[in-house]
Amino acid sequence: MEKQLKTDFKKTIDSSDYSQKEIIVKEKCLNEFIRSGFPSKKNEDWKFLDINQAIKSKIDNLNYFNENLPNELDPKIYIDGLEHNKIIFINGRIEKIDFKYEESDKFEIKDQFDNRGLLNNVNSLVDLNLALATKYYKILVKEHYSFKKPLIIYNITTNKISSKNINIRLDFDLKSNSCLKIIDYSIDKSEKNFVNIVYNFSLEKDAIIKNYKLDTAENDNIKYSYNNFNLDTNSVAENFILSLGSSFIKNEINCNLNGKYSSAFVNGIFNLDNNKSHEIKTSINHLNENTKSYQLIKSVLGQNTKSAFQGKIFVKSNAQKTDGYQLSKAILLSDNAEFNAKPELEIYADDVKCSHGSASGSLNQDSIFYIMSRGLNYNEAKELLINGFLLDVVEKITDNEIKNLIKNIMGLKE
Amino acid sequence: MRDKQIENLKEYKYGFSTDIDSIKAPKGLNENVIKFISNIKKEPKWLLEWRLKAYQRLKVLKEPDWQKPKYPKIDYQDLYYYSAPKSFKDKPKSLDELDPKLLETYKKLGIPLQEQKRLNGIAVDAVFDSVSVATTFKDTLTKQGIIFCSISEAIQKYPDLVKKYLGSVIPITDHYFATLNSAVFTDGSFVYIPPGVRCPMELSTYFRINASDTGQFERTLIIADRGSYVSYLEGCTAPMRDENQLHAANVELVALDDAEIKYSTVQNWYPGDKDGKGGIYNFVTKRGLCQGKNSKISWTQVETGSAITWKYPSCILKGDNSIGEFYSIAITNNHQKADTGTKMIHIGENTKSKIISKGISAGYSDMTYRGLVDISKNAKNSSNYTQCDSLLMGNKCGAHTVPYIKNKNSDSNIAHEATTSKISEDQLHYCQQRGLNSEDAVGLIVNGFCKEVLQQLPMEFAVEAQKLVGISLEGSVG
Repeated sequence: MEKQLKTDFKKTIDSSDYSQKEIIVKEKCLNEFIRSGFPSKKNEDWKFLDINQAIKSKIDNLNYFNENLPNELDPKIYIDGLEHNKIIFINGRIEKIDFKYEESDKFEIKDQFDNRGLLNNVNSLVDLNLALATKYYKILVKEHYSFKKPLIIYNITTNKISSKNINIRLDFDLKSNSCLKIIDYSIDKSEKNFVNIVYNFSLEKDAIIKNYKLDTAENDNIKYSYNNFNLDTNSVAENFILSLGSSFIKNEINCNLNGKYSSAFVNGIFNLDNNKSHEIKTSINHLNENTKSYQLIKSVLGQNTKSAFQGKIFVKSNAQKTDGYQLSKAILLSDNAEFNAKPELEIYADDVKCSHGSASGSLNQDSIFYIMSRGLNYNEAKELLINGFLLDVVEKITDNEIKNLIKNIMGLKE
Repeated sequence: MRDKQIENLKEYKYGFSTDIDSIKAPKGLNENVIKFISNIKKEPKWLLEWRLKAYQRLKVLKEPDWQKPKYPKIDYQDLYYYSAPKSFKDKPKSLDELDPKLLETYKKLGIPLQEQKRLNGIAVDAVFDSVSVATTFKDTLTKQGIIFCSISEAIQKYPDLVKKYLGSVIPITDHYFATLNSAVFTDGSFVYIPPGVRCPMELSTYFRINASDTGQFERTLIIADRGSYVSYLEGCTAPMRDENQLHAANVELVALDDAEIKYSTVQNWYPGDKDGKGGIYNFVTKRGLCQGKNSKISWTQVETGSAITWKYPSCILKGDNSIGEFYSIAITNNHQKADTGTKMIHIGENTKSKIISKGISAGYSDMTYRGLVDISKNAKNSSNYTQCDSLLMGNKCGAHTVPYIKNKNSDSNIAHEATTSKISEDQLHYCQQRGLNSEDAVGLIVNGFCKEVLQQLPMEFAVEAQKLVGISLEGSVG
């Protein structure tokens, strides 16, 4: 693996125009990854889902060099019924950036490497991403500007993909009192690839980010996504994760609530069938006074599926008046389904209100009986209950347009 | 200087040490020491082999390091693995032959060794450093066929029972400290309740570490045969010393069909002084096996002492319809650290478990609840309920909750709740308004917070535990 990594790294550097400074950073990250490799079950953070095992069993001839050839763009893939700005990645290469709904002097797109957003030594996959990502983009939203339309980031893989591993890196810089809505939408036509995505968000005072991640298309890829947030005073980060399609995906969200009155929300849905293994890992770090966090994760698990939720609330000793809440619920529909949770609290301040709950079990037979006694058949009753169970999470979405879009995608009825 | 010493004594009233001649094994851990222990205890050959097997495995094992409270590396070669009062070379037949100094020690500790104190109605087995010194109420128990004696005695008298069950719950292939115990365990209690017998009194063991530089490695084995019931209490204290002492005990419980075991601990090892110097490392492995149908094991613990507490009393619910319970209060003050919780492993059908854990941390201390609920594929219709609450006093301490939840069965339910908070100003204000000073008010509220667990303790212990809760938190308010 090491030899392959080194040659592919060299090809990546040669084919792009990185400065000497950047190359040094990238080399460091590469060595860090070579040292630690893909995380396995022995790593506490990967206890429930073993990516090392998954990659070994699914992907043979893992190679990393992405030739970055231009791809054809098929406009049919665009999401209907919602006017939106676009960034389109095809096989890890940006094919199109389209911000036609916005005022051009209110935002900037930079492609200069920026040390400030460096995320080294978070974990080995982020290091791998830093080392091998071919292009770096940063989207900067200027002060007092709210994006008029949401930004949809299309992550498309096709069967013409030239490497087994693609690394995508985007940074978002929201200046004070700005607002941005993002939908992360993936369409996978390739098979058995490892997709590694890192986003880094930094929010100034009063800024708002709404981050919706939709993994809906059935595919046989292994995916890892790491989103990092740094929040200043009174800023808000809203996250929604819809985890349906990939055969293996882990979404990781790390929020640093640095400023007073800042808040973070993470809501997630797993609705799985057919041998899928999904995980959401969150760590919300309350680092200042009067910060707030709320997390709600629900799973519906079918045949041979596995979902895991690792959520951590950390409260620093000066972060008094913290309000942290976390709830994870799961319905197991099959005897071969497995739900794992590790809701963790690490608290060093006394004047806080932190709680978590976790519940898992089967569908409530009493409720099914009640509905059937009203004339529905078993399957309808089951569907109705699951519908209601998941709708609860979707209703937490604060943007109405996007909420309706997600309801349509999921086929949820009100 | 002397004033200071007296001042210290006030805080931990069991901090005295008793001057008694003792026999020690040579310092260090090697095959010869194990042979020495086995020899002095006149053990059968199979046990020595068992110990040596454990020792062989220990050599390749690594000390775990995933726990939250970190500690300086323990030099296992710098410890005495056996220390016994000299007068014990030939075990005394009755209490009259006991060294008066020993009796005095236990009197200071308030333990009813003398049978005159019949009113207390508790049968006691006292373990001093490495050996069991006295067991009371033997006659009453023997009449019912109950065996309650030191494990060394049981090895001599009931080798079949010991051979059958020793290591059946905690095998020698377990983790580092359990294996260490298997290799060098010195004494402990042995309880066997015959079928259909309800033990008429509480059985109790009192552990005391006296000698310095010794580790205490006792091993307790409790077997409840079909349809029997036993309630067992365990208490512990140690003298105040500047160095840290290791306590690595193993406790194994086996409940057969319809049997019930209730195991209560009030742990008050020396916690170290105000600056965190000295104190006991309490690295204990406790595990119960609900082997039979309809069996039940219930753990209750009040953890107030020790510099570092690191233990997870667990239940393996193997028999159908078996029940596991865990009630815990853990209090840490000053520089104490605790990483405690439980494991509930559901294997049989219709198994149920309940976990109530209350953690209180004050001063500069650190408290972690770590628990595992694992419902396996075949454990149909099982359920678990977990509640863990933490109370923080001051912003120099920490309270953490790390539950692991694994559900692999669609017919089973798991519910988990945890909260962390401080004592509310309203409650304090209300109590103070009615004439309580702030310390008493906190005591009252904390007692209320712990009530659910305290209720589970046998009466005699509940009173002691309640006092202990008050004492442990002294000076942490205001």
